[in-house]
Amino acid sequence: MSEHALPSASAPRVERWTPVSLGFTVALAGVLALLGFGPLLFGQGTIDNLTELYFLVILAIMWNALAGYGGLVSVGQQAFIGIGAYAVVFLSVEHSLSPYLAMALATLFGAAISIPLGAVVLWLRGGAFAIGMWVVAEVFAILVSLDATLGGGTGTSAVLAFNLRYTPEQRLHDTYWFAFAAAAISLAVVFALLRSRLGASLQAIRDDEDAAASVGVRVFFGKGVLFVLAGAGCTAAGAVIVAWQLSILPLGPDSIFGVNWTAKMIFMVLVGGLGTFEGPIVGAIVLYLLETYLSTRMGVWYLVMLGGIAIGVALLLPRGIWGTLQERLNTRLLPVGYRLRVGR
Amino acid sequence: MSALLSVERIDARHGLLQAVREVSLEVAEGETLALVGANGAGKTTLLRTIAGAHRPAGGRVVFDGRDVTRMPAHARARLGIALVPEGRRLFPQLTVEENLRVASASRRTGEWNVERVLDVFPLLQPRRRHRAATLSGGEQQAAAIGRALMANPRLLLLDEVSLGLAPVAVEGLYRSLEGLIESGTTIVLVEQDLARAMRVASRVVCMLEGRLVLEGRADDLTRERVTEAYFGLHARSGA
Amino acid sequence: MSWVNAVVHGILLGGFYALLATGLSLMFGVMRIINLAHGSLALVGAYMTFLVVEHLHVSAYVALLPVLPGALIVGYLLQRTVLERSLRAGELVPLLTTFGMLIVIGNLLQYFFSPDVRGLGSGSIGTASWRATSSLTIPWFDVLVLGVAVGVLGGLHILLRHTQLGRELRATAADPDTVELLGVNARAVYARATAIAVATAALAGVFYAMRSNFDPTTGPTQLIYAFEAVVIGGIGSLWGTLVGGIVLGVAQTVGARIDVQYFALAGHVVFLAVLTVRAVVQAGGFRVALRTAG
Repeated sequence: MSEHALPSASAPRVERWTPVSLGFTVALAGVLALLGFGPLLFGQGTIDNLTELYFLVILAIMWNALAGYGGLVSVGQQAFIGIGAYAVVFLSVEHSLSPYLAMALATLFGAAISIPLGAVVLWLRGGAFAIGMWVVAEVFAILVSLDATLGGGTGTSAVLAFNLRYTPEQRLHDTYWFAFAAAAISLAVVFALLRSRLGASLQAIRDDEDAAASVGVRVFFGKGVLFVLAGAGCTAAGAVIVAWQLSILPLGPDSIFGVNWTAKMIFMVLVGGLGTFEGPIVGAIVLYLLETYLSTRMGVWYLVMLGGIAIGVALLLPRGIWGTLQERLNTRLLPVGYRLRVGR
Repeated sequence: MSALLSVERIDARHGLLQAVREVSLEVAEGETLALVGANGAGKTTLLRTIAGAHRPAGGRVVFDGRDVTRMPAHARARLGIALVPEGRRLFPQLTVEENLRVASASRRTGEWNVERVLDVFPLLQPRRRHRAATLSGGEQQAAAIGRALMANPRLLLLDEVSLGLAPVAVEGLYRSLEGLIESGTTIVLVEQDLARAMRVASRVVCMLEGRLVLEGRADDLTRERVTEAYFGLHARSGA
Repeated sequence: MSWVNAVVHGILLGGFYALLATGLSLMFGVMRIINLAHGSLALVGAYMTFLVVEHLHVSAYVALLPVLPGALIVGYLLQRTVLERSLRAGELVPLLTTFGMLIVIGNLLQYFFSPDVRGLGSGSIGTASWRATSSLTIPWFDVLVLGVAVGVLGGLHILLRHTQLGRELRATAADPDTVELLGVNARAVYARATAIAVATAALAGVFYAMRSNFDPTTGPTQLIYAFEAVVIGGIGSLWGTLVGGIVLGVAQTVGARIDVQYFALAGHVVFLAVLTVRAVVQAGGFRVALRTAG
């Protein structure tokens, strides 16, 4: 048996950053800085629209974190959206807190609730977890609808929280900034997660949970982290939504606890690219455009279209727009993975 | 006399790994062919390709004059190809009898039925209504072979039937198979035990790393020659 | 309404849930698919029956004659087109596509039938009841539904244990690859399972429409109840679905007895309680396993 020594010049190198990803990250930082100054640069309509885009981005990122990284398909994240919205109303209207403080506290509250909830629900797998979460959402919706102080079945509004302290313009701007910060933080947290050790073990969990467990990956802990993250994120989105649209209802598919939110999250993530980092953002932009230009014109057919596209994408373009592009171009815009460079 | 089974330049892959490379062989009606080779040589993949459980990347499988390469496994079973898969793969929650009777899906009639199978494998008689998961290794293997026979096959493919069985059980199994072989059923069997394979078969082929490296009548080949081909200690020799 | 009345009505309601959940349980048992559109398909059965009743002027019972075979066909085609591909695409994909179907069906129904609430007549049985005692009244229709549920479950039991199709269903559920080697077309078997599931769902949907009002949003709600029945009774057990349905029904009616608005909530609470107990048991077992292994 002869021994072969590899000449050091051709030893494979592992890299995280590539020239493309470096360039893109710089460009991205520029765009973010620009958006950060949004209210000073854009008109009211644009600010309002961008706020919607931001909370859609948050929702997409969170749903993707659960399903794409953790293999957890949840049909009940609207539980947290509703909690976020109602917590803001409760704290700022009933207890006269500043609405933005209320929004931050609501997010913490959502994160806190997700811990005991996760302890119960994460034992479920697959479809059982999906519908289990939906039941949780329904329970929260019913409890809220039974509470007269929260407005009961006819819903409530955050109007009173804002009207006394803020002009409509201020509400618009401050909500924009909160949403922007929440979206940026969400992206940053997920980015850090993916680059961490936990990120690698999540990949293992997603690919084969039992195999991962057998090599010592802490499966339950990994799923738990994702669940709490998604809980906090969706709660923050719900807080933004109530500050944005002001009035909310507890019951019905279109309500703040409604299953249509899940429909939109699934649409964004599937169309954008399940399991990729950039995919949810692409999906959120697509949904945002559809919402802005088509939803009012199509009535009930709008949701039919969303559902139909989601089914079609799941079967025919499973990697979504971004996932497919990523594969074709063999590139990553943001350095979340590793690349193996062999030779030179 | 044309062959019952003709495998022509089959290429089979598992993902990027090439398991079977350009294998061609023929099996005449009534023959017993032993397919030997080390683990990973490609024997199971080849059997599965013949049975239709694995799609080849290239080549043809011709059965009784028909090109069945594109035919799904269940259609081939109805034509008369039956595979006893590696690891038995009985349906654990079904009883022995239920396992046997699933094979009536092949819609083939013939001499094989539940009673006949139990005659040939008497050790199954007392276990007839027991769930397959409760059977011993030897009983499971007998049931798996019986199940394939229930499809009244013209070609029976046996994949490592002695694997994991106690020597006594293997003895019993081959005694039951003797009758089968003598009755003229066409059989291809994969067997790790070279001596037994050469005793039982009329022809032997040997695979190494996906290729056919030796082929010949069992009477003509010595154990040493097969062993050499098995381990690849010699340059490839044809029959 | 007395407590005894509530419990008895709950048991009868459980019969309905068992019938509704049978298809869900079957599809999961054979194919490991949780069909999120199950409730919506049941609702389609109700709406189709409504159309037949409207246009042919027959009773809902007679309308079942064309509707049930139609449901069998729909289920078969559904499996061969969407669900088969979903299964191949990945473990979680069926959840996504059946959810998409839930959204599409619900909104299409809303378009074609408007959000109006409707009901189907249930004939003379529908209003007849037996006044057992001064505080207990048993509606015959609900007894009929429970009877049908037990009959369907029993029929399935016989089908699975004593027929070739049943053997093929169970074998394919256990090992879809090996079963092909024996001449069983696994995809056709799956399609038959889905056909049966959708037909039983449609039947349940029609019964639902006969005892209460329905509208396009009813589908998802019924799916949740059916799912809760399956989980409470134990996923994977057909007769467990009957038990689960009854437990759910009783929880709901007893909850409603306390306060009408607690109907659904009571069921959800029992469901979550069952989940919590199972989680605690699993966690306890997990820890024991860790201790004994370490």
